Amino acid sequence: MHKPALRGRQGPWGWLFVSPSVLVLGLFLALPIVMALWVSLLDWNGQSNPFTGGQATFVGLDNYRGLLTEDGLDRTLFATSLRNNAYYVLLFVPLSTGLGLTLAMIVNQRMLRGRSLLRTTFYFPSVTSTIAVSTIFLFLFQGSGAVNSLLSWIGVKGPNWFADPRGIVWVTLGNLGLADPNHPSGFLTDHGFMGLSWFEWLSGPSVAMSTMILLATWTTSGTFMLIFLAALQDIPRELEEAAALDGVNRRQLLRHVTLPALRPVLFLVLTLALIGSWQVFDMVYVMGQGAPGNTTLTPAFMSYQSAFKNADYGQGAAIAFILFAIVLACTGAQRWLLRERNPRQGRRR
Amino acid sequence: MAPRRTTLLALTTGITLLATAGCSSSFGDGGDTEQKTGGKQELTVLIGTSGEAETAAVRAAASAYEEESGNTVDVQVASDLNQQLGQAFAGNNPPDVFYVETHQFANYASGGSLYPYGEHITDVEDFSATLRQSFTYDDQLVCVPKDTSSLGLVINDDLWEQAGLTPDDYPATWDDLRRVAGELTDGSVTGLVTSSEYQRLGAFMRQAGGWITDPAQTTMTADSPENLQALEFVQGMLQEGTWKFATEVDAGWAGEAFGKGTAAMTIEGSWLAGALETDFPGIDYTVLPLPEGPAGPGTLAFTNCWGVAQQSAHRDAAVELVDFLTRPDQQIAMGNAFGAVPSRESAAADYLAEHPGTEAWGASGDGVQGPVTVGGFDRVVGQFNTDLESLRTADPARILADLQSYGEAALGAGN
Repeated sequence: MHKPALRGRQGPWGWLFVSPSVLVLGLFLALPIVMALWVSLLDWNGQSNPFTGGQATFVGLDNYRGLLTEDGLDRTLFATSLRNNAYYVLLFVPLSTGLGLTLAMIVNQRMLRGRSLLRTTFYFPSVTSTIAVSTIFLFLFQGSGAVNSLLSWIGVKGPNWFADPRGIVWVTLGNLGLADPNHPSGFLTDHGFMGLSWFEWLSGPSVAMSTMILLATWTTSGTFMLIFLAALQDIPRELEEAAALDGVNRRQLLRHVTLPALRPVLFLVLTLALIGSWQVFDMVYVMGQGAPGNTTLTPAFMSYQSAFKNADYGQGAAIAFILFAIVLACTGAQRWLLRERNPRQGRRR
Repeated sequence: MAPRRTTLLALTTGITLLATAGCSSSFGDGGDTEQKTGGKQELTVLIGTSGEAETAAVRAAASAYEEESGNTVDVQVASDLNQQLGQAFAGNNPPDVFYVETHQFANYASGGSLYPYGEHITDVEDFSATLRQSFTYDDQLVCVPKDTSSLGLVINDDLWEQAGLTPDDYPATWDDLRRVAGELTDGSVTGLVTSSEYQRLGAFMRQAGGWITDPAQTTMTADSPENLQALEFVQGMLQEGTWKFATEVDAGWAGEAFGKGTAAMTIEGSWLAGALETDFPGIDYTVLPLPEGPAGPGTLAFTNCWGVAQQSAHRDAAVELVDFLTRPDQQIAMGNAFGAVPSRESAAADYLAEHPGTEAWGASGDGVQGPVTVGGFDRVVGQFNTDLESLRTADPARILADLQSYGEAALGAGN
């Protein structure tokens, strides 16, 4: 790992050459982050300069406390947004990764006819702007929209998708007759965490949120397909041939040859999906701004709302930093789970 | 490790330098803005418009002022008024004159961003007392309302006749409303469709004798029996299916449902007239006062005010412009252009005489309630509105109790 030492005046010259990008990064990335961190410690209404004293008062961690520990509307809303986004992540990340991988393997087959056409088709939703797709979805999933018309042909009466705040867990249990979602009672409603009852925590994504998850999966799986496809084409053919000589079947090939070879890319895709889904904003903005019943409220949107609608910029910044911590933690956990394990310690699960 | 430490050091140095540079140059703080006097003044106006008609009307009024005063006025249309104003205030570079929405008023006024000019306006007593109360902060009239509109019950004449109803059936009480809504509901037509916000349902709280806060907006009165009675009445009609919220009938807002003919009645203000004319011309409708509740008549009045920035360098000229824009003749011209009822009572009387049939949208007097204008109250009413979405199945007492406790917390923090 020994690197040759820099000779003579190379060091300063190096700094000189990278200084433009360091300057740009510092000015547009590092500096704003530091400024935002400072704002998150202030009670600032956005009508004065927060960096020279003035009206913005320093309140320490009050903004964070209001969101995390003090009972009140802010904490309830924040907990709701965390719940919503957690369900979003939980469904969206595996769905879009799985779909992306499946699509990539389909279009990677050498025997498949019309491969380019299929690749373009699958990638197409990713090129379209989310705002445009969201607007179309709004029409498709109206109470009397195209989706419900289709469903009515097979005798199903679809819900009013984007106006339905019921959580799908309770809807399913209710339909199976296992629970009564309209009159919850007992332990689940009497106890809770962060101002939200367990009944609400466990309700699952609402019907409206599930529709958004569908949309997001559809639009992003194309991008992931492309990444997976590039990686699949990098797998040496010899590997597959050797495996074939060993007499593996297709499932074993996938599990012991293809997936291990894809691991770095899998990590990339999962990380991208994870970060992207904790920051979901544009769809929420277009499709309901938290409605129905706050079930599409996400931390990113709540941050925007706190800052620009309620003029509580401190809280908005605090939410952004909590979100940052969550994303870091999730990515760290995932890196640990996908770490390169010593093959001698047993087969990879 | 050595290279990494150097990187860190360089980065920190860079950031510190940039921070110093950034802070010292661009922000100027403290002290009063120096006023530019004499000569030609250049004013900027930022409006959040309801549509083409309003933009054109404000532009026309501004150019009339330009001719009269010799100053120049640049009218800009905001795509997101509150966000743009927030950024402008934070950057110390606000427009001279701008619309202020009622729910942002307290925030801007308490932040010292608004120049209180009420006393410099000609004949200021002419503005209705309710509206002046909405824009008073620290016992000073901070800004004057640009126009006003109160809620009326709007009925579709064709559907009314088809249901076999006559003008004698126009609802005067809650019971009447319930009865006609039942008769109008038929197949795809719902008797009454409104949005689910407190900005509509609150009128019923007022008719029952209640409201969210006391008149001085210092105490919460949300969990009163009057408010409960109002919400239970609404809930009753929702459960009968004679009253639905706009989202339930696939409409973006109640006016759309009304225009499409899926709603026989709706509750909206004068902006409905302009919207129907643009999107659904040829629909015949009648505007009635809202029915009376147990405590008599009640409706809600909405408005924006003309804010003048404290940081403006042309405050005198800006106030002069506002004075011009709120002159009776200008207010009537705006009303003719996009249906806004003048906020001056003298002008409103003239305007309503000219436009018979819209009196209900220009209601004034005791039963008229302005929106809550307390700082930090935005998310409280936001949560209230969210709770009201599910009023049909929810417990109204619980909704009001939540509103009470959240509101008390906000009032406590705001004072």
